[in-house]
Amino acid sequence: MSEARTRAFALRDSFVDAGAQVVDPPVLQSADLLLDLYGEDIRARAYVTSDAMRGEQMLRPDFTVPVVRMHMAHGADPARYTYAGEVFRRQEDDPDRASEYLQVGYEVFDGSDPAAADAEVFSLIFQTVAPLGLRAATGDIGILMAAVEGLKTTERRKAALRRHIWRPRRFRALLDRFGGRTAIPESRAKLLAGEVGTDAPLTGLRSQSEIDARLAALVEDAAQPPISGAEMECLDALLAVRETLPFALSHLHDLSIDLPAIKVAVGRVDARAEALSARGVDIDRLEFEASYGRTLMEYYDGFVFGFYAESRPDLPPVATGGRYDALTRRLGKGVEIPAVGAVLRPDLMTLLEGAS
Amino acid sequence: MSIKLGVPSKGRLMEKTFEWFARRDVTLTRTGSEREYSGEVAGIDGVALVLLSAGEIPRELAAGRIHLGVTGTDLIHEKLPLWEQQVKPIAEMGFGHADLVLAVPAGWVDVDLTEDLDAVAAMFRDHHGFRLRIATKYHRLVRDFLREAGVADYQLVDSQGATEGTVANETAEAIADITSSGETLRANHLKIVSDGLILASQATLWRSRTAQVEDADRAALNTLLKRLG
Repeated sequence: MSEARTRAFALRDSFVDAGAQVVDPPVLQSADLLLDLYGEDIRARAYVTSDAMRGEQMLRPDFTVPVVRMHMAHGADPARYTYAGEVFRRQEDDPDRASEYLQVGYEVFDGSDPAAADAEVFSLIFQTVAPLGLRAATGDIGILMAAVEGLKTTERRKAALRRHIWRPRRFRALLDRFGGRTAIPESRAKLLAGEVGTDAPLTGLRSQSEIDARLAALVEDAAQPPISGAEMECLDALLAVRETLPFALSHLHDLSIDLPAIKVAVGRVDARAEALSARGVDIDRLEFEASYGRTLMEYYDGFVFGFYAESRPDLPPVATGGRYDALTRRLGKGVEIPAVGAVLRPDLMTLLEGAS
Repeated sequence: MSIKLGVPSKGRLMEKTFEWFARRDVTLTRTGSEREYSGEVAGIDGVALVLLSAGEIPRELAAGRIHLGVTGTDLIHEKLPLWEQQVKPIAEMGFGHADLVLAVPAGWVDVDLTEDLDAVAAMFRDHHGFRLRIATKYHRLVRDFLREAGVADYQLVDSQGATEGTVANETAEAIADITSSGETLRANHLKIVSDGLILASQATLWRSRTAQVEDADRAALNTLLKRLG
């Protein structure tokens, strides 16, 4: 057995000692489900295979989705799970990154005290990687989501922003458009002025009434005032928050005076900071970054964290985790089970130990 | 051994390639019967001709089985991840111009830019319950382009030919395909998305970065490159 594998099972055993039950989901996962969750981008990251009987299948790109499904089908509540095994990721842009590697995970399904569950997962991983001297990054995507919800603008604009929270560049472009910082494109202006027509017959499934509905939405949107300069500045300030947790919190509390919609989300960060402290995490030295985690996989919607080797910026994070209530809501067709979890890379832990 | 030059084995691309080399005093000819894929090089010593399908030339270059090869930029970018590390462009040959573009029905007056397509994709998914389908055979290039452009809620459907017809047949809502004049797109009532140029391609002479050059062949390669470059 390789060193990384021995370590993977040892880590899993230690998570059993922490109260988790071992699960062992299959390698082959339904492609339809993963495509529905992640969109076409998952094809660039996961290996797809197929057979005549089951259609398209994917080699599991992570354990979270199968563990959530298993829990929803027949899990007790509350529940804690751990697993160790290979995940498979296509690497089209960087040949130095592994396309098959071991992951060890710890997932908590317990809605009774979310702050305590967040702290439980973080501190467990924190202790596990402590000997490696890694840098911890934390954030909370729920704050930005709450800020978007609270904007004094149309539901349609909020929906567009919400949809692109995990694509920071597109989110920024939309926000600047809605805030009147960038002009609408020339072709849009012409369309709104009624100067665009066509003689071509309409082909395809998208009907004239769908086109008319979008035109009506564009006309309606053009009549809306931009998001106010004050709100735009608050959002800019929010996205720029990056300091140690106590300073970040005082900053967020100041911002919530002008953005009352984030109060509840900031309260969660307060509660989490307390729970982390109670578990012995030195929060005075813990970094908090409001934008952190937006380019990780699209399912984290609350607390997010990662552990990085500062001496090896070329390596992916050694551990990542976060809260994914929204994922359970989508997989549960509306039934939400509060969930938080994390994964570790035993191969990277071994590599870093060898280097030090 | 000798320096191996891979060129497209048939059609206009082969003819144009032969003409391009002839203008540089390298005569490529097919030998044997009309159907036999063999050929030879005259006007320079130590160079062997390998006739291949244009689609296979990227792979052969990357594997180092040919030293030089003629194929389109589109095929190199689609088939070779990190192509810069595997091949090096020597000369753009000035023919075989083809643009890989994103096209939507001309009747979609509300769509001009990729950001419009993104907004339409969101509405389409709400309305129809599945993601807007884009037909293409250039999966990697199109996916990378759409990710860069921030387009979500779409799916790629594979189309290896007659891609322009997929919209009217309702197996796709939009397409990404190679066009040279736009004639076929217009005939199928499609229009190009204004910022939807994914790649401008033309026939290009490539050098493999992986092929081994034996000492005896080095002079031949240098002479050939000097004449072509």
